[in-house]
Amino acid sequence: MTYTTLSLTLIFVLIPLLLSKTLKLNLEKDTVIATIRSIIQLLAVGYVLKFVFDSEHIIYILLMITLMIGTATLNARKKGKAIKGITWKVAFTLIVIEVITQGILLGFHIVPATAQYIIPISGMLIGNSMVLSILFLNRFTAEIEASRDEMELILSLGGTPKQAIHTQLTNAIRASMIPTIESQKTIGLVQLPGMMSGQIIGGADPVQAVQFQLLIIFALLTTAAISSILIGFLSYPTLFNERMQIIKNSISQ
Amino acid sequence: MISLNEVAISFHNVCYEIDHLSILNNINGEFYKGKITTLVGPSGAGKSTLLKMCNGLLSPTTGDILIENKPVHFYEPTTLRKSVGIALQSAPIIRGTVFHNLSLPYTLQHKSLLESDAISFLEDVGLDHTFLQRQAEDLSGGQKQKVSIARSLLNRPKILLLDEITSALDPTSVYEIEQLILNINQKFGVTIIWITHNIEQAKRIGHYTWIMMEGQLLETGESKILSSSTNGKIQQFVSGVQQ
Ligand SMILES: Nc1ncnc2c1ncn2[C@@H]1O[C@H](COP(=O)(O)OP(=O)(O)O)[C@@H](O)[C@H]1O
Ligand SMILES: [Mg+2]
Repeated sequence: MTYTTLSLTLIFVLIPLLLSKTLKLNLEKDTVIATIRSIIQLLAVGYVLKFVFDSEHIIYILLMITLMIGTATLNARKKGKAIKGITWKVAFTLIVIEVITQGILLGFHIVPATAQYIIPISGMLIGNSMVLSILFLNRFTAEIEASRDEMELILSLGGTPKQAIHTQLTNAIRASMIPTIESQKTIGLVQLPGMMSGQIIGGADPVQAVQFQLLIIFALLTTAAISSILIGFLSYPTLFNERMQIIKNSISQ
Repeated sequence: MISLNEVAISFHNVCYEIDHLSILNNINGEFYKGKITTLVGPSGAGKSTLLKMCNGLLSPTTGDILIENKPVHFYEPTTLRKSVGIALQSAPIIRGTVFHNLSLPYTLQHKSLLESDAISFLEDVGLDHTFLQRQAEDLSGGQKQKVSIARSLLNRPKILLLDEITSALDPTSVYEIEQLILNINQKFGVTIIWITHNIEQAKRIGHYTWIMMEGQLLETGESKILSSSTNGKIQQFVSGVQQ
């Protein structure tokens, strides 16, 4: 595809702009910003990737992954601002995800240890882990807000903080994992997954594209489970002090 | 008359603040072992806050609380809360059956409650065995209060803190619960601290009373001070509540 033909696709941007203007949806500014950002970000990433792939140097791969984890952390921590040290907890979770998944993929020689594989797969898994963390933190803070009385009850009967928060913690972990599991049940029936579509359009053998997609799907299950459980168990102790009391306003935004 | 009461809990210059707002202001006083002390005062006086300090659910911002002559922080929190039980004002329940709620103190210690024991605890608070398998969420406010009272007895606490436990009960039930608590106090020598906004109840059941207003402890003494106090604020409060 040439840049001339690509520029024709801007028609797809003009349509919502016109609609927004006529219907006074007031989304013009955001649409323009989103368009410009995606052009710049993706082009930059494209050139960076090209450079990294060409050089095949481990330093550049690590740098890319660090950048991904950094950006994802900054995004996810917004939802858990009230939790002390949330930045490091999210960052640690993402690092664990990356180490475990790449450890398995590379350790068992499931994918070749080249930038071409490591970077896109890392991107997908870290991105998913970020979304999971956000889902978890949203639900967890809501659960706690709604059940302070129950938590206090359990503490008052001689329960530990872990016992006091057990229901809220498992509810939030389950709630954040369910979308991942559910979406995989219907995968391929309605919508072809983005990565698979991309590979097929790029000319890859559909069966091979499916194999890679399955790899990602399975890895996403691990990512989902580990992200929410890890961030959950790292977060809950900050809601209590050493006297096993609920810290006032520890979670209200 | 000189009373030689042993002290169960004592407050020494206790202050409590939330966001620099004073909730309790320099509280000094003693709760006597084996006695029933009522805690009265208008809502917002700080009664619930004070009660939660007696089993370490809250800690004073400054000042000290001694339980059996040892500072609160000397005790391990879970141990303290098992021997100083509380029935919270909101009578919170957890999802599930009444049995599930009653056995919570046991579940937390990985013990299981016999159904026959559960029934006898329920009957003590005036609920029959048919309630055992009812969903706790579907109970009336008064029934929840009864479950909450029964649940607070399961750990067999030495000190029992009661926060407006009869506020949603009909007169017959109030009488039954008062008899139950009096019985526990007499039979097992359990120290009782009982918050009530019902002055008549305080006079009926309490040996001693603490009268609180706006975060301050105005007066402490035998329950008769509720009628005989010369403090204008207390006279006003007592007559106001009775109308
Ligand atoms: N978590 C809290 N945040 C802010 N204010 C509180 C909190 N808990 C209690 N208060 C305030 O402290 C005061 C005393 O409350 P409380 O101890 O519940 O009084 P009482 O039980 O006598 O009605 C009230 O003015 C109440 O608004
Ligand atoms: Mg109260």
